[in-house]
Amino acid sequence: MTDNYLNLVNSGPAGNLAKRLGLPRPAVLRRHSPGAPLVPGPLLVLGSSAAADTLATLLLEWNQDVRRHARPGERLGAIVVVLESVTDPGQLAAPILELGQALRQLARGGRIVTVSRPAVGCTNPAEAAARQGIDGIVRSIGRELRAGATANGILLGSDAPVQAASGALRFLLSGKSAFVDGQFITVSATEPAEAQNEDRPLTGQTAVVTGAARGIGAEIAAVLSRDGATVVVVDVPAAGEQLAKVANRVGGTALQLDITADDATTRILDHVQHRHGSLDLLVHNAGITRDKLLANMDAARWESVLAVNLASQLRVNEALLASDVFAGSGRIVCLASTSGIAGNRGQSNYAASKAGVIGMVRSTGLALEGSGRTINAVAPGFIETEMTAKMPFATREVARRLSSLQQGGLPGDVAETIAFLASPAAAGINGEVLRVCGQSLVGA
Amino acid sequence: MVDQAAGQRNAQPSTSARNAVVIGGNRIPFARSGGAYAYSSNQDMLTAAFDGLVARFGLQGERIGEVAAGAVLKHSRDFNLTREAVLGSALAADTPAYDVQQACATGLETVIGLANKIKLGQIESAIAGGVDSASDAPIAVSEGLRRILLDLSRAKTTPQKLSVLSRLRPKDLAPNAPTTGEPRTGLSMGEHQAITTSQWKITREAQDELAFNSHHNLAGAYERGFFSDLVTPYRGVTKDANLRADTSLEKLAKLKPVFGKSLGDGATMTAGNSTPLTDGAAAVLLGSEDYARRNTLPMLANVVDAEAAAVDFVHGAEGLLMAPVYAMPRMLARNGLTFDDFDFFEIHEAFAGTVLSSLAAWENEDFCRNKLGLDGALGTVDRSKLNVNGSSLAAGHPFAATGGRIVAALAKALAEKGSGRGLISVCAAGGQGVVAILEAREQ
Repeated sequence: MTDNYLNLVNSGPAGNLAKRLGLPRPAVLRRHSPGAPLVPGPLLVLGSSAAADTLATLLLEWNQDVRRHARPGERLGAIVVVLESVTDPGQLAAPILELGQALRQLARGGRIVTVSRPAVGCTNPAEAAARQGIDGIVRSIGRELRAGATANGILLGSDAPVQAASGALRFLLSGKSAFVDGQFITVSATEPAEAQNEDRPLTGQTAVVTGAARGIGAEIAAVLSRDGATVVVVDVPAAGEQLAKVANRVGGTALQLDITADDATTRILDHVQHRHGSLDLLVHNAGITRDKLLANMDAARWESVLAVNLASQLRVNEALLASDVFAGSGRIVCLASTSGIAGNRGQSNYAASKAGVIGMVRSTGLALEGSGRTINAVAPGFIETEMTAKMPFATREVARRLSSLQQGGLPGDVAETIAFLASPAAAGINGEVLRVCGQSLVGA
Repeated sequence: MVDQAAGQRNAQPSTSARNAVVIGGNRIPFARSGGAYAYSSNQDMLTAAFDGLVARFGLQGERIGEVAAGAVLKHSRDFNLTREAVLGSALAADTPAYDVQQACATGLETVIGLANKIKLGQIESAIAGGVDSASDAPIAVSEGLRRILLDLSRAKTTPQKLSVLSRLRPKDLAPNAPTTGEPRTGLSMGEHQAITTSQWKITREAQDELAFNSHHNLAGAYERGFFSDLVTPYRGVTKDANLRADTSLEKLAKLKPVFGKSLGDGATMTAGNSTPLTDGAAAVLLGSEDYARRNTLPMLANVVDAEAAAVDFVHGAEGLLMAPVYAMPRMLARNGLTFDDFDFFEIHEAFAGTVLSSLAAWENEDFCRNKLGLDGALGTVDRSKLNVNGSSLAAGHPFAATGGRIVAALAKALAEKGSGRGLISVCAAGGQGVVAILEAREQ
């Protein structure tokens, strides 16, 4: 679905008019393209701790142009604020005000990334207040930024050294996180593994994507394939024609099955074991909507949504985690939704299933801690797909402009986030729910 | 006819050649002529069948040893139909291909020919298949108009051209529509079969029951997901459009006879127990064991042996569609097998009467002695093993695609069972027939 308004305000005269009238001016986002620089200009690293030095050194090793202080008039590609050692709210003033001074120098599509520690579990009230304060800061900056720039944070879990942030940092700085805004990613002490091949971090891996015949699922298959994975695309037999096209486009294999069938897991595991040996990544993307106000909801609508969106994931995960076919470093990524976080009128069944996915991911994440395997969820907000194209015009327009980025995301934005969570660089991320919503007001 | 058997006694099953295995198959759902595929060409449908096969087995960009397929109703522009479909598919462009045409046996013959090449070590992998569109059939200009047009192209001067054109008569403008009639008898296949059906005294009830079973079995196979890795939807069609899962013997009994009406009360063949004109395409992936292992591909069944036969239907010595009856004992004898050695029988249902006449012939002692040169009846086919996943009466019969449908489904049934053998019998226009044996892989 084309966002005609976005195209209009980015084409000269109409853009000026929109500016004068105070209308939303969504920017063309800086998205990943092969060979493009990590950020569109030098990186400013703020913070006075040793951790800030360590991170600055790391960025230099990535061949980035790193500044420790902003130079007047220089366009900055990104600003990384290292706040991992704050113990009192009073310590926030200096680095944050310095950040504020530098914000005007941020390039189009620039990035703000904070690195701090989680407030949850912190026993010192002042320290917890300082840490939680950063949450409010990042979410506010996200709302203030323009021209497709985003603000996100990385939380260093328990005793994790600052190096543990490197995988998430690279993702948040890159064009792959274009529609991730106002979010925090918690990383554990696990050292992110270096991919053998930076451009194709999933080389040699086998991935299964459910619901892959169209929309977000087809895009996930394409991005995973681009990153080097061999992809098995799964969808219901009735969607087989589109599924075959996706398989042939990404050089994978098509497996026609209903994910709610009793033998679904067996067939997936048999196929993967026989054709590819083992399974490295499962993306639970299959999902359906059967919207109705709860007062009008019938059992069929309720049960079919819960069966496809949640029960199938629970059943498949149980079998998968008990199977030797699932690799020791295997990853599971589940599609949740902002509807599961904020709720949505007419979607009590859908929201129940998607909130359920979040609960399942957090619980399974705890069980997988230290195992080498991980499970995470991605919660898309408004994404331009065949499904959202069917929304009434006004509802769609409002949904688009209701985020900090004032536009809907693309299926590729969701796919890039999933590919990141599947990559060796995300080894320390587990049990997380990452929103890809352009910092939508919904569920904020 | 006795010499038909005697003449082949020297043929021996090859023991030195390596195995050719069925790896899997793919077809598009079959649709009734003039239905969902009315505007799809043979090339469109064959390409779709290939692409679904490529997607199922991850063959994108791969050079297959050789691809063979064909169509019975073919436009003259489709002289290289299979190669063109390969070029339009996700297969490597340097995959060679050739066309085969043996009427309704085309699909089965492509499997046999390619399996033989694999057995001989000439190729490692192959795709066999077939397609037919009764909707997008070629319509030719009349013979008179054709001659005039050809002469016109050779005429040099204006007077010469005018002279040629002056031969044109209104009747020359009527096109020649395609027909399934036999060129030498002018009779349609159905009329031919009506004679045979009547000769073997096959009852209307028996034919309707066979048709009912075909629908029932095909619906059951869909129900249990049997076709989930054999069929890829096409143009929004997800199941064979001819399938009537809710048909009953009562409904079938109400249909009026459409063939053999001259037989009066003896007319038994209806639209229910005869196959409709159908559009569709099917493909089968074959390979050597080495190829399958190297590419971690499944091995469903071995292609064991095959035999073709033909009968003299023109002078009335035998029924048009009875040739498989003659091929069968020759192939069984060569392999030292009887009907008791088989777990599945796939007898193509051109008409219910064809299947039932064949079964009756094999059970008839006199016929088997006099016509097949045997010592007694060939044997009885266990009806519980016949077309267990449905056949052409329910699925429809896009002529050249039927062989691929049967081979892939039978190979899968054998792989599911894990042991045993399957027998295929396909009749064809021109008084021809082809039979073949598949065998389950050692577990």
